[in-house]
Amino acid sequence: MDISEDLRYTEDHEWAMADDDLCTVGITDHAQEVLGDIVFVELPAVGTRVEAGKAFGVVESVKAVSDVYAPVSGVVEEINEELPDNPEKINTSPYDDGWMIKIRADNIAQLDDLMDAEEYEEYIENDDD
Amino acid sequence: MLKKTPLNEIHRQLNAKMVPFAGWEMPVTYPTGVITEHLTVRKNAGLFDVCHMGQILVEGKDALDYIQRLTTNDASTLVPGQVQYTLVCYPEGGVVDDMTVYKLGAERYLFCVNASRCDDDFTWMRSIAGKYGFSCTVENLSSSYGLLALQGPKAAAILAPLANIPLETIKTFHFAPGKVAGIETLISRTGYTGEDGFELYVPRGKSAEVWQALMEAGKAHQLLPIGLGARDTLRLEKKYSLYGHELNDTITPLEAGLGWVTKLDKPDFVGKAVLAQMKQEGVPRRSICLKMQESGIPREGYEVFDGDRKVGIVTSGTMSPSLKQGIAIALVESSAAKAGMLSIDIHGRHRAAAVVKPPFV
Repeated sequence: MDISEDLRYTEDHEWAMADDDLCTVGITDHAQEVLGDIVFVELPAVGTRVEAGKAFGVVESVKAVSDVYAPVSGVVEEINEELPDNPEKINTSPYDDGWMIKIRADNIAQLDDLMDAEEYEEYIENDDD
Repeated sequence: MLKKTPLNEIHRQLNAKMVPFAGWEMPVTYPTGVITEHLTVRKNAGLFDVCHMGQILVEGKDALDYIQRLTTNDASTLVPGQVQYTLVCYPEGGVVDDMTVYKLGAERYLFCVNASRCDDDFTWMRSIAGKYGFSCTVENLSSSYGLLALQGPKAAAILAPLANIPLETIKTFHFAPGKVAGIETLISRTGYTGEDGFELYVPRGKSAEVWQALMEAGKAHQLLPIGLGARDTLRLEKKYSLYGHELNDTITPLEAGLGWVTKLDKPDFVGKAVLAQMKQEGVPRRSICLKMQESGIPREGYEVFDGDRKVGIVTSGTMSPSLKQGIAIALVESSAAKAGMLSIDIHGRHRAAAVVKPPFV
């Protein structure tokens, strides 16, 4: 299990990385492992407004459909255009090539409420059924 | 408490993802992932644990008359060594289960049934034998049999060196008693993938031994263990029905597209009157194949539209690993079954899906 040190994590298994008030979002290594082979990704259009805790997109494996939730409120500034045609990038590189969207955050301090790597590791251990 | 097949420990050693299925703890996928598993079965071969399935033995002088009354297909055409796909219906025309029946001898037949339906099937089969007073026994032998499915174009090459009988003598939908790796096996040339392959009925306690022998023999042919995830996508690409999805007690065989195993010209069977009437008056719904023309994956329960009008629902859907495209089986009003283009509501948007002839692959 790979948990990147310098990211923030949601209870829905998204990761968030802040660069000033620009927040990059993806799903965690744990999430992609639970989902299995990812075959479909739907992302919002650039300029869409997203709200913290609300679904902004969909990730589907062969068997499962999973909503993806925004870790912060703001406006979608960029999307990973490669993903719809290469959804397997989320499996092979969840924290890097598999990033999903970048959100221009209203208040980047919202990320402080999320888990850090250590807390997330503990969270998924307890979450493990 | 979930039941475990005799191969449970092997699946764990292979790091399979285990899930509950029909009361059993089963492997849904191995670490290679469902797409690789699927494509391996289409190209090479895969090995499936299907020990969860049920086996019911019917024996006695009235066995054939009983089966003719019980099932929709015509069992009188079977010769010993032959297998038939068939259905059991309720008097109202809905389906109790779909199954295969093996003619072991003149008065001896073995049914292989869905795990999810086995207990209900057994109760129903006994009740029909009793109701009509047939002189035959109906026995649930599920705890005696282990069942492995070896499927794919390389299946025969893998099995041949382990089998004590020449496999070319076993034609599709036929079987023969023999030995595999020295173990008594009923070798059946059947399966649920649309590929050439075998279903191997072994003494339940010997299941692991046969599994290991096949895995070893399969190394040279890229054999992989295959979970329920790929079992589902493989059968879906061939439009094989799955009970609880394409079939249930409210869907008739005629609606499910299984008229070819519903012999309305054979002597009376349970459900025949209703089915004959439906055929005469017109079948109200049809199970059809839909292939997505836009992005998106259709899933069970999604609504199907003809223009703005809802005409049915998806009964099974997935991303086809072979086509890399969303595919679905849907139950729709017959009037919509011939429409060239329908749409499916996926994540709140209607997306175009073409009505295509089965199979998808």
